[in-house]
Amino acid sequence: MNEEQKLNQFQARIDADEKIEPRDWMPDGYRKTLIRQMSQHAHSEVIGMQPEGNWVLRAPSLRAKKILLAKIQDEGGHGLYLYSATETLGIDRTEMIEQLQQGNAKYSSVFNYPTLNWADIGAIGWLVDGAAIVNQTMLAKCSYGPYSRAMLRICKEEGFHQRQGYEIMGKMMTGTQAQREMAQDAMNRWWWPALMMFGPHDSESAHSQESMKWKIKVESNDKLRQRFVNRTVEQAHHIGLTVPDPLLSYNKETLNWSFGPINWDEFWSIVKGNGPCNEQRMSHHIKYHNEGAWVREAALAFEENLTKKQTVSI
Amino acid sequence: MEKDNQFPQWEVFIQIKNGTPHEHAGSVHASDKKMALQNARDIYTRRNEGRSLWVVKTDDIAATSAEEEAEFFDPAEDKIYRTPNFYKMPKGSTNI
Repeated sequence: MNEEQKLNQFQARIDADEKIEPRDWMPDGYRKTLIRQMSQHAHSEVIGMQPEGNWVLRAPSLRAKKILLAKIQDEGGHGLYLYSATETLGIDRTEMIEQLQQGNAKYSSVFNYPTLNWADIGAIGWLVDGAAIVNQTMLAKCSYGPYSRAMLRICKEEGFHQRQGYEIMGKMMTGTQAQREMAQDAMNRWWWPALMMFGPHDSESAHSQESMKWKIKVESNDKLRQRFVNRTVEQAHHIGLTVPDPLLSYNKETLNWSFGPINWDEFWSIVKGNGPCNEQRMSHHIKYHNEGAWVREAALAFEENLTKKQTVSI
Repeated sequence: MEKDNQFPQWEVFIQIKNGTPHEHAGSVHASDKKMALQNARDIYTRRNEGRSLWVVKTDDIAATSAEEEAEFFDPAEDKIYRTPNFYKMPKGSTNI
């Protein structure tokens, strides 16, 4: 079979909603797009632990601290599922981490904003994880088997993330005036970054068309963003929060909440590295990665000893 | 410093409940068997999804490839007499 026949056969499998598995033939572009997208997704999970980690020691109760720790542990786990799924495409984790640390791979820009008060933990769970769930529910239907399976597992686990966030916001909105203001302030700062998480408008999105053809994405950025807005606006109003968008209005014909223009200059500026926390996130990652090197060396030395003694048992 | 070391890769199989087969869940990196099992527990069974885990080094798994799929499995193709529906039962016979 020549390349063109292989490509046609591949496209036919995608069109028939078959899943592509690691050892199947796939075009280079498909593999490259998946490696870029999946590793970026994995890096986002791992970097996403940092803004939340900022509040572990200041959580307002033991219950809140246990929940936050469990959520952060989930994010780490999700990063690892995703690295594992990406490795099936023939890249190893060492290389992915190098790409991240050298600035050649990205992570979601939303994690370059700071977490200034406790309500930010509520806003992240409700808005950032809420947006992620909309996106990931779509990705669970993608054509690459290992990615789709990792997404199913992650979606199952993330339901709790969004609910614990909304619980925090709801609780603060029934609290004191100061607590309500704190919740509204977090809403004001996280609303637009959450909308940006879906990426550029369909007309501007560089990779969208090909990704849709290969079913790496099965719905467009704008459609997913609208779904998130529709769900979330009503949740905001339900607990008395104002959505920080003067142009927000309900369109009775389309049954959608229409919203004002997104500040894409801010988005691109952060993507290019100029967000409030870009530098801090990366230097933190590199510092702790390097400080853990001796643990990895010791673990390997331990394994060599075990092998020598041939007394491996658990 | 030499290249960063992320440990060998292991494939993880989980038995969800008693009586069911172990199913592939994903992979982990670990330096030895014990660490591989502990990492697999922490990564794939944080919500009681398993009652038993297997880990095996990825390099030790032999697998067929998609290219050889047709050729590899075709010996089974023309042997439909291995299935019960191939046979015509005598008219009126029951419970068979």
